Amino acid sequence: MKKSNGNARSRAPESVAGNGLLHRRALLGRGIAIAGALGTGAAATGAAAEAVKDEAWSLEFGGITPVLQTPSPFEKPVTRTLSNPNGEFRNSHARTPHHLLGGAITPNSHHFSINHAGIPNIDPAKHKLVVHGMVRQPLEFSLESLSRYPLVTRMAFVECAGNSAPMFSNEPVQLTAQGLHGLVSCSEWTGVRLSTLLDEAGIDPKGKWVVAEGADAHFLDRSIPVKKAYDDALVAIYQNGERLMPGNGYPMRLLVPGYQGNMNVKFLRRLKVVDQPAMTFFESKTYSQILPGGRTWRFHFLMEVKSFITSPSMGQTLKAPGYHAISGVAYSGTGRISKVMVSADGGKSWGEAALQGPVHEKAFTRFVMPWKWDGGPAVLQSRAWDEAGNAQPLRADFVAERGQTKEPITNPLAFPNQHYNSLTSWGIGANGEIKHVYA
Amino acid sequence: MSTLKALGFLLSIAAGPALAQGAGLGKPLTEADIKAWDIAVLPDGSNLPPGSGTAAQGAKIYAEKCLACHAEGGKGGGSPGATPLVGGAPLTNGIETAKTIANYYAYSTTLFDYIRRAMPFNMPRSLSDNEVYALTAYLLVLNKLAGENDVMDAKNLPLVKMPNRDNFIIPYPDRI
Repeated sequence: MKKSNGNARSRAPESVAGNGLLHRRALLGRGIAIAGALGTGAAATGAAAEAVKDEAWSLEFGGITPVLQTPSPFEKPVTRTLSNPNGEFRNSHARTPHHLLGGAITPNSHHFSINHAGIPNIDPAKHKLVVHGMVRQPLEFSLESLSRYPLVTRMAFVECAGNSAPMFSNEPVQLTAQGLHGLVSCSEWTGVRLSTLLDEAGIDPKGKWVVAEGADAHFLDRSIPVKKAYDDALVAIYQNGERLMPGNGYPMRLLVPGYQGNMNVKFLRRLKVVDQPAMTFFESKTYSQILPGGRTWRFHFLMEVKSFITSPSMGQTLKAPGYHAISGVAYSGTGRISKVMVSADGGKSWGEAALQGPVHEKAFTRFVMPWKWDGGPAVLQSRAWDEAGNAQPLRADFVAERGQTKEPITNPLAFPNQHYNSLTSWGIGANGEIKHVYA
Repeated sequence: MSTLKALGFLLSIAAGPALAQGAGLGKPLTEADIKAWDIAVLPDGSNLPPGSGTAAQGAKIYAEKCLACHAEGGKGGGSPGATPLVGGAPLTNGIETAKTIANYYAYSTTLFDYIRRAMPFNMPRSLSDNEVYALTAYLLVLNKLAGENDVMDAKNLPLVKMPNRDNFIIPYPDRI
């Protein structure tokens, strides 16, 4: 340990890829390593320091501690964005502000939410969950009875199959990471294993699917393979330690880690074991894809390996050349993230980013890459791999297989197709402005 | 230790199979108790309710309860969320082709199921089963997928051949 530390100190600036990418070793937490690697010292930030003084907030008694705390008034711009701000009689979406958040957990107030028939106001004391169909004994559960089981806690991202849909546009749509990728979030979920409930009801071996239904005004339902139900599905009753948010399924939701967001049925009220998929509206139409050439995909449950850079990204401006940390999130519905590569020259050369552990399966992993911006044009990209060896597809390969629109998208809220998981590129101009580009 | 074992043995006898297989916290129900909620229709027609309807009956209900959002003849656009129910370009037109009953749905049962569970948008579960059969018949006729005089019921509805049925590929068959 000491020896390698010594090496880092004495090592010359270590470039790992073009346009200023530095070895992740520069992140080891020793300021001198970064300063040494940059070789510019204080000159990079320019302004001379001023002498410190006490500010007004330190010279008066502060606010009294409230029952529920909310973010600082200075954080007012950090909000979800809405697809239906005027409350029209249709579906409504709220997107996570990825470019304004850090870490691997999405705060509950910022978790994305899509509601096809509004958010029901459910009284948990009256809410019932019924398990029936091809079972030995139909059963009814309440929030109270579920709470008596040994609960399981795990990390999991939830991603709408239509997340990143603007990237099917044949021209890059100018949107932030929130506008492009705001329909994915990651939480710690706590609940009862679905297998526990199915075993208690006594599932018939001929039962191959579980139709999960919500208590919303659409009675939204999806068919879940019994295979997934017995793998890692939960009936979740806590989100990041507190009861589920109403927009995320209060008081209970299905959690099928790594599968289409819509399958994680919210306001869960019924699980029916059947021998065939129900071909519900959402699995038959909405969350199914048209491929180039006209064939169609059904039951594309898996949210495939993906990553995107959240900083620097569109909506931010680089104020000065010099050191910047490139950071973003990576995740895969297959399992753990094994590697994230970053490019600053539009994919010509790549360097391996540091992963911030612990790396959980089917959850956000934040990656970080040290970078010295020379003040010239740059194109930042990230590309993730998962432990099964799946690589996030390059855009040319993805478009060849899954297609793109014939005309540029004009409505940034439209969903021209589903399951986009290719690369995101941020183009940085000499003035530090950041745009969404294809590279 | 032996006392605990004996206690466990007694409990397992007393509570029977429920405790042997789980915590036993679920409250036993009968399928009859769940009937009002048991609305999922399967593509082979399983669980379709008794009742029937024709396109002529459906047209009247449509004019009264659906027209405001879905517009004349199912063209859509009467309200922001109501996409067209008829027509639709061939799917070879591109990945962004609008999906409709005629060009996309694989099973007619999906139509019945979704109307019954979610429509009208402002009054879900307010239609009778006969009304749902009639509206389904009307939409199938508008899409030229059924004859003007066809009666839709639990026997006939699953037999309607949907044009896109055999066009689907399952990308991850090992996950099912």
